[in-house]
Amino acid sequence: MSESVGDAIAEEAVIELHKQFRLQWEQAQDCFVLLYPEGMIKLPGSSGEIMKRIDGKSRVSEIIADLEATFPGADLRQDVIDFLEAAHANGWIRQQDH
Amino acid sequence: MQTAGSDNKTTSKPHWVNAEITYQCPLHCVFCYNPVDYAKYGPELTTDEWLRVFREARELGAVQLGLSGGEPLQRKDVEVLVAETTKMGYYVNLITSGIGLTEKRIAAFKEGGLGQIQLSFQDSTREMNDFLSSTRTFDLKSKVAKLIKQYEYPMVLNVVLHRLNIDHIGQILEMAEAMGAEHVELANTQFYAWAFENRKHLMPSREQLERAERITNEFRDRVGNKMKVYFVVPDYYADRPKACMNGWGAVFLNVTADGMALPCHEARMLPLEFPNVRDHDVRWIWEESPGFNAYRGDDWMQEPCRTCPEKTKDFGGCRCQAFMLTGDATNADPVCDKAPAHHLITEQVALAQKPQPPASEVKQVILFRDDKNSRKLATRDSTTPIS
Repeated sequence: MSESVGDAIAEEAVIELHKQFRLQWEQAQDCFVLLYPEGMIKLPGSSGEIMKRIDGKSRVSEIIADLEATFPGADLRQDVIDFLEAAHANGWIRQQDH
Repeated sequence: MQTAGSDNKTTSKPHWVNAEITYQCPLHCVFCYNPVDYAKYGPELTTDEWLRVFREARELGAVQLGLSGGEPLQRKDVEVLVAETTKMGYYVNLITSGIGLTEKRIAAFKEGGLGQIQLSFQDSTREMNDFLSSTRTFDLKSKVAKLIKQYEYPMVLNVVLHRLNIDHIGQILEMAEAMGAEHVELANTQFYAWAFENRKHLMPSREQLERAERITNEFRDRVGNKMKVYFVVPDYYADRPKACMNGWGAVFLNVTADGMALPCHEARMLPLEFPNVRDHDVRWIWEESPGFNAYRGDDWMQEPCRTCPEKTKDFGGCRCQAFMLTGDATNADPVCDKAPAHHLITEQVALAQKPQPPASEVKQVILFRDDKNSRKLATRDSTTPIS
């Protein structure tokens, strides 16, 4: 069940936060943050916009479509994929088992 | 960067709040970092008082909460504290020996949103474990470890290493693997409080440390990514001091069972006045109180720290260690080999290379953390070790 770190993220994959992580809006930081045991990762700007759409139900393609609808005129596909692959390599997210 | 003593308010935030919700503990660990005179301190904060403190710290931007002790599970309100602080937006960490962690309680913690459980282990063998914590707890802890897995928490093991158990490192790691531990912290005893009293019995030799590191590295190579193993050497074996707490009053707020607010676990020993959360709100404590401002910035530093290029990296080390060993908290931490008092460290390290009595003999003379010993220690002159 554990995938090797650095796997490519497929657009049809459903992704979710890893169990230990919790995402929340943090007023004191003025951005979304990812909390985990004894630590916090700040997710300013687009990184927070991407992470908050990870709900354990949506496919990567749906997340991209939603972002492009919210921020029209930009081709975000590759940026989102790159970010998700980095997030995956960091262990923040996982692809759900099929 | 702001400096102490200036009119500028600190821009730092108490990112991490550690609540020592009780000094009560069923264990009697010889390396406990609670104050040796804990028995003399007044009544514990009530549930409502704790929740007020947590709310105030949260408003300042605190996100991580540690519930520790003593043994936090000695209190009946941990379920309430977990659920309420999770609602406030904290990531809640329970730091426990596991004693008192029943299935009913862990189910309630899960329901309340507890983020993680850190389980401490004294040693892998029952005999050694029971001696070092002075109770029969090993079987119980194994059961607790199973519960933690069952409730889908990551298995985080903290093992305190020292002269009397470090040679068991192989068995400790095998035990961690058998329990399915995902994170293992092998932390050598740092010499404060009870561990300081027992220093000569607990300080490992260089040979012991090197062997333990070698075995740990071999273990890491074998298990790969499935387990993260951290090995923390005693700072007496370093030549540069630790950046204690990432700086004084920079990110960490400790609140003791009786409500004293401290910039670290050990600061209660210092000859400073620290505020009590019963008398002041957390914002004043963090931003205004003399205790929290005492060693912010670098105005307080003496030579060699004052002109040292590394002062922004290690902040002169640990104030408590400087005070314990030299009697002046503004001195350089003697761990630093530039510190005039560095010989106080090297002398102890030299002593640790000599043969010491076996554990069976040490057991007769070592100081266990219990109420009786604590009351005895509370009445002595605080600057002289009793042994």
